[in-house]
Amino acid sequence: MEKLFQKLSLSSASLVFLILIGIFITLFNASKPAIDEFGFDFITDSTWNQEVVIDTPKKDEDTYLEDELLSDDLMIDETDELLSDEDNSENSLTKTVFGGWIPIVGTVLSTIIALIFALPIAMGIAVFLAEIAPKNISHIVGIAIELLAAIPSIIFGMWGLYYFAPIIADLVGGYQVSLLTAGLVLGVMILPFMAAITRDSMNTTPDVLKESAYALGATKFEVIKDIIFPYSKVGIIGSIILALGRALGETMAVAFLIGSIFSLPEAINDPTVSIPVAMANNFGEASGLGESSLFYLALILFIMSFLVIGIAKFLFLKKGVK
Amino acid sequence: MRLLINKVILGLSIFSAILGLAFLGWILATLFFKGISSFHFSLFLNDLIDGGLRNLIIGQFIMAAIAGIIGIPLGMMAGIYLREYGRGKYASIIRDLSDIMMSAPSIVIGAFVYAVVVIPSGGTSGFAGAIALAIMMIPIIINTTDSMLSLVPKELREAGIALGASKYRVILDIVLKAAKVGIMTGILLAFARIIGETAPLLFTSETSNYFSLDLTQAFPSLTVSIYDLANEPIEASRDLAWAASFILTFLVLVINLTGRFITRNKHK
Amino acid sequence: MSNIMNIKDFSFTYASASEPSLKNINMPIEKNKITALIGPSGCGKSTLLRSMNRIHDLYTGNKYDGKIELLNDDKSYSNILDIKKENDFINLRQNIGMIFQKPTPFPMSIFDNVAYGLKIAGIKDKKVLEEKVEIALKGSALWKEVKDRLNQSAMGLSGGQQQRLCIARAVAVKPKVLLFDEPTSALDPISTGAIEELIVELKKDISIAIVTHNMQQASRISDYTAFMYLGDLIEFDKTENIFLNPKEKQTEDYITGRFG
Repeated sequence: MEKLFQKLSLSSASLVFLILIGIFITLFNASKPAIDEFGFDFITDSTWNQEVVIDTPKKDEDTYLEDELLSDDLMIDETDELLSDEDNSENSLTKTVFGGWIPIVGTVLSTIIALIFALPIAMGIAVFLAEIAPKNISHIVGIAIELLAAIPSIIFGMWGLYYFAPIIADLVGGYQVSLLTAGLVLGVMILPFMAAITRDSMNTTPDVLKESAYALGATKFEVIKDIIFPYSKVGIIGSIILALGRALGETMAVAFLIGSIFSLPEAINDPTVSIPVAMANNFGEASGLGESSLFYLALILFIMSFLVIGIAKFLFLKKGVK
Repeated sequence: MRLLINKVILGLSIFSAILGLAFLGWILATLFFKGISSFHFSLFLNDLIDGGLRNLIIGQFIMAAIAGIIGIPLGMMAGIYLREYGRGKYASIIRDLSDIMMSAPSIVIGAFVYAVVVIPSGGTSGFAGAIALAIMMIPIIINTTDSMLSLVPKELREAGIALGASKYRVILDIVLKAAKVGIMTGILLAFARIIGETAPLLFTSETSNYFSLDLTQAFPSLTVSIYDLANEPIEASRDLAWAASFILTFLVLVINLTGRFITRNKHK
Repeated sequence: MSNIMNIKDFSFTYASASEPSLKNINMPIEKNKITALIGPSGCGKSTLLRSMNRIHDLYTGNKYDGKIELLNDDKSYSNILDIKKENDFINLRQNIGMIFQKPTPFPMSIFDNVAYGLKIAGIKDKKVLEEKVEIALKGSALWKEVKDRLNQSAMGLSGGQQQRLCIARAVAVKPKVLLFDEPTSALDPISTGAIEELIVELKKDISIAIVTHNMQQASRISDYTAFMYLGDLIEFDKTENIFLNPKEKQTEDYITGRFG
């Protein structure tokens, strides 16, 4: 029985490993057609689902040969028909090209905007919770912040689209659905997470260190700036990178707000698209190379998130669990 | 001068906290007012085809429940392995991978389940949706179980072993019981999280306008339907989306708060 | 009177250590007597105690040398360091029980706590369990205080009561030996006194080894005392001799408080 239990628990743990590998392999397989077709150029190509005409030398040869045949063997009527056949064959030599540059840019930029917006607020909240508020207020406000984190992302989408975005559009001009509004709402979403981890990091600072600084006459701000932040620096940076990793994969809120237009934004308040949004809105009808390209995007997103989260975890958030 | 800077910074900090609370309040108020105005009890009695939300709420819960049935035992057993049996490299790699999976993009998990379940089985299904939710739930449960078990003092385990109990009995009878409250909270929080998920369900279960208990077909999902309704140009659909959002958020917050309440109560 | 346990040339090295924590220990545990292990922090007394029920084996990589013998029912001795199989470990611990420094009540009712060892030994009959639990609780001087609330959680008991509960729990399976690892250092003086009385009572049926950093406690209750220092057994003798007439200078220095 003991052996059985051990085996069961080991298998369950290994399942995590298997799922992860499974995701990689599955995504890779499903994107293979697109990878074979487009290669790494996919990452920098900004055409999406567009027909591109291909001129090949071989085709010109054929036309030339056919011209010769025509002039030698056939009467004028038939020649006319054959000429129109040539036109048709020109039209059919196109291919649909997919390139991921626009969604990739959209994903990265919206995340960066989110970070810039959320960072100061999250730090402020963390400082408030860790150092300023008395215990009971810190407790209650802390819970409120955690509730903000618990709100489903689709709700942020709804609220963002109908209430937050119009205000931003009024303030800044431009479209309501845009890179900017998506980034800002994304920021509101990651802010509780950043605040919580930063607060926890700050709380690891030993009291004696803080007390020594106060005893020398330092102000609260100076203690935070010179003692606490340097001490918890690693954890704080880790929280920022981890929040970045999460924001990369956020779908629903961004889907409501980014506009889902496959074009590069010329201004920050133009609509565009991100990888999760491209997937969310196009997966249903996609097939063949289109579907494969979406999987390619998914693979790229997965690798990006994995790397970012991995960096956060291994370089910064070494929470040494025994 | 130093004192002035100090005051300013502290003021800014308090301001950020207020800002954070303001966002929360704003969102909740929005949900409340928009939701209440479209709210009536027939929402719970009718299915989406008749303008209600019944099938969607039930469907979401069913998928979450199945995800729980799959994910909770697997997650707990894995967490037990990591904390009680695992030694060395393998266990810590698994722990790290599980942590990374916790923050992985949910839409990618949806795509994965689409490729391995939906395509081979020929179509979307409630099962596929539940599996996607389970995959999201497992790393959370692992993390929670692992952490809560680590809080149990080693003397308790030693006392069990010292009486001649075998390891698995000590884990089941003593250690798990000691960590019970924390683990339950973790499960509730995980549940609250997956019940609000949309992206993993978009192409796995999709949604349905009809009441259905058939998990082998497209299955009603509250979250996916909110997305569909909100995108429709009809005013009435959008109102329904708000009502649904209100109910969804209410459920999520209630489950979340229940989880926290349990911990506070049993905490000595 | 034969010894219930014999420790012969016993050495022990922790997994991550380069030096042994115990070096060539030789001493008996006498039947139905209380043997105290004393010495300053880090001398290895707890390490030795914990070797006697092989609780170190919960953690991998530790190394043993020498023998620790336990008296079997047929009057022969077995070396407990030879034990490898799961079942034999379980058997060992049903014969040699342990009480820890911090009281360790299981998160269950008082009754279930005391009955736990019996249940895992396979006793299912309700009546038998109830009898044995009552005997054990009486034997730990706890019965009167808890007999009306056996179904309540053990976590509600006071520190001293919890420790007596742990003793009842260990005693219920009728072990040959009970190992006490600083059992009263986390308790108040009154509870300490109660538990000391209890331990003296217990030796009628059980042989006892107790680690204590409280010399007065050792002199109060033990029949034999072993003084240890930095992994060596410096002196082993009847308690009166150790305290009134120590043979080794180190022992004398420790007793008189010249170092702690």
